[in-house]
Amino acid sequence: MSGVEGYMYPNEITLYWSVLIVLYPYITGLVAGAFILASLERVFRVEAVKPTYRLALLTALAFLLVAPLPLVLHLGHPFRSPEMYFTPHSTSAMAMFGYVYMWYLMAVLVFEIWLDYRRDIVLLSQSSKGLLRLIYRVMTLGSSNIGERSLSIDERVGWIVTLIGIPSAFLLHGYVGFIFGSIKANPWWSSPLMPVVFIFSAMVSGIAGVMLLYMAITKLRKEKIDMHCVDTIAMYMFYIYIIDFSLEMLDLVHRIYEASESFNSLNFMVHTKLYFSQIVLQICLGTIVPLVLLFLTQVVKLPEIARKYLYVLSGCLALIGVLAMRWNVVIGGQLFSKSFLGYTTYKMDLVTKEGLLVAIGLTLLPLVFLWVLIKLLPPWPEKTVHDAAAAD
Amino acid sequence: MSVFKDAKHLFVFAGLFVLAFLVFLVVRHYVVPKSFGEYGHYRGAAIGEIASHPIKFAGHQTCETCHSDVLDVKSKGKHANVNCEACHGALAKHADDPSAVTPVLPDTTVLCARCHTASAAKPKGFPQVAPADHSGGLACSTCHKPHSPAMDAGGAK
Amino acid sequence: MNISRRQILILLPAAAVAWKSVLAGTPEASPNYNMSDHWWGMLIDIPKCIGCGNCVRACQTENDVPDGHFRTWVERYHRSDWPMTESGEVTANPLIDPEVISPDGGKEGFPAATDENGKYFFVPKMCNHCADSPCTQVCPVGATFISPDGVVLVDPTYCLGCAYCVQACPYGCRYIHPEKQIADKCTLCYHRITKGLTTACCEACPTGARQLVDLKDPKDPIHEFLKTHSVQVLKPQMATGAKLFYNDLDGSVR
Repeated sequence: MSGVEGYMYPNEITLYWSVLIVLYPYITGLVAGAFILASLERVFRVEAVKPTYRLALLTALAFLLVAPLPLVLHLGHPFRSPEMYFTPHSTSAMAMFGYVYMWYLMAVLVFEIWLDYRRDIVLLSQSSKGLLRLIYRVMTLGSSNIGERSLSIDERVGWIVTLIGIPSAFLLHGYVGFIFGSIKANPWWSSPLMPVVFIFSAMVSGIAGVMLLYMAITKLRKEKIDMHCVDTIAMYMFYIYIIDFSLEMLDLVHRIYEASESFNSLNFMVHTKLYFSQIVLQICLGTIVPLVLLFLTQVVKLPEIARKYLYVLSGCLALIGVLAMRWNVVIGGQLFSKSFLGYTTYKMDLVTKEGLLVAIGLTLLPLVFLWVLIKLLPPWPEKTVHDAAAAD
Repeated sequence: MSVFKDAKHLFVFAGLFVLAFLVFLVVRHYVVPKSFGEYGHYRGAAIGEIASHPIKFAGHQTCETCHSDVLDVKSKGKHANVNCEACHGALAKHADDPSAVTPVLPDTTVLCARCHTASAAKPKGFPQVAPADHSGGLACSTCHKPHSPAMDAGGAK
Repeated sequence: MNISRRQILILLPAAAVAWKSVLAGTPEASPNYNMSDHWWGMLIDIPKCIGCGNCVRACQTENDVPDGHFRTWVERYHRSDWPMTESGEVTANPLIDPEVISPDGGKEGFPAATDENGKYFFVPKMCNHCADSPCTQVCPVGATFISPDGVVLVDPTYCLGCAYCVQACPYGCRYIHPEKQIADKCTLCYHRITKGLTTACCEACPTGARQLVDLKDPKDPIHEFLKTHSVQVLKPQMATGAKLFYNDLDGSVR
């Protein structure tokens, strides 16, 4: 049998959860992480990160819209997926997907974005022309009231939505961790730490993602990057990274120490099949290096240009490292036999519906959506005469 | 009420939610299969559908209804508990229409070797031979009667 | 066949009537079968299995199982003697590290075994039809379930093909059907056992190593067997309530 070493149960040789299933937790993780960054300003009043508030929400929405696609493409019968809404099985963590997704999309993200942008939407519905005017008018839901009282009600309700949104974001991504963590059949997955590790690494990836997007888009707009904002974001990223690293190390040390039945088999797998993706990409390049770089920026007073480079580098490594972590969990969990006597290989296709090209496309698609959203709902006010005057 | 005037848009938003939920309930009523939930969280009719799959192996009781003479021989020999279709293959089609479907006699050189080729892995008391040494390439049925194969129990040809 | 014409004229109608009653209807429509009277399982008698692969072939024929996928398969275990170096140092523990093979699921039998000093045995495997099955627990839509008579089944018109159940099964007995794109596995030949027949694998087994059991039937020999033998289930620590009972299962079996 090609690609098989040792003994695998005959039905285990083919991997059924492909790279698309690696993408899904990655994308929802970016959503949850971006939202947490937005909530830093809204709920915890961290004023420094305000320049990224709207961008973080739009990023979360862009990625959330793409999130169901890898799942639907993976299903054997995608057109039966409404069954998850009509007859969700209450004992299945996966059945939660339909409702948690819909709740988070509509009752949290869309609601909050709408409340925050409502004034701009009303103004744009009056100033734009043609099809855009129609779109904005629909988005006003028939109300053009942007009086002070109305906007202050929006502010209060928006605060409550963000407050509810934080545990909702944890639920959106935590249940994905639970989907893996609750499978007793698979010792690589089965752990109560799994949802927690997923949530914290999601926060790292989401915060890194928004930080990089903010820096890139600001550069493209030929504006000045608000370093106080970026410094604050990097600080939060550093602290959350430490928690994430501690959790992952706890899992590792615990496994090595207890050395239960599956340990020998899993240990061998990590040192051979997962060596590059786990040890090199996830742990060294994806966690330790960014932690050291960020630590440097926190303890040494570095010039702005040095900090920018270090932030970009750590941000990129963080994104790669968290993607590697999802790969190691999903693919790694299927590479070893549940008999603990053998291993198989993941043969990733290139052009099939679950192949590499589709995966790359799905990773880039949210950026396209984000571009449309930024055009439709600009996160930053246009330069006005007032701003120009203030710059003098 | 002034609150309503300033919060009208929120009520519209909530109203859309309620409307969508009601539409969902109506659609659900028509879409969920009628037998869903009959015995548990699944489509009850599936049980009957699975139970109606076509049968390929007739089962030895059916064979024995017609072939009682073979049964008489077999039940006294070493193959008493070997069912007919274990060697003759799936024959429900033959049971359904005996004259239209004539089973092909299995080739004993291949058939018998499957169970009786000697291997250190097989239970020690199980009759096993190395076919090349034992029969020099001759078909097993040259000397053994398959329905009662033991040589000293009248199974010799 | 030495049947006289007279015998055929008498036997044929009787056989036809008997056969038609076997083919009759669904368990709900069939007057003979009441789901609540049965609780199905299977007994595998390890010392009797000779690794002939008849069961794997019969299952494939009866259930149109696609090549490369298995509703049942046979594993051959080899527990060698304790390996030692010349200086007497033990180098491995055969109880933890047996050699296991299952060439094409054992469908065409096994190659000759060579180690005269080792212990070999065959372990037929299939769905354990667990009473507390982790696979039905994780199905997001209710496409896989345990029937009232104890058989874990998949509803082919409802399954999404998400493969969560395949991941959740500790025994590796599920696969995704390559053409139908749904989860598939042993059905305990539900279409046969509800008509008074036994499963295809039990029918084809020449040594009686596989026996269908009905735990609710007081006349089933399983009750006597359980009183007089030690039986095990696979991976008891998973607490799945497996109903696939093994007689004389070695500790090295995974």
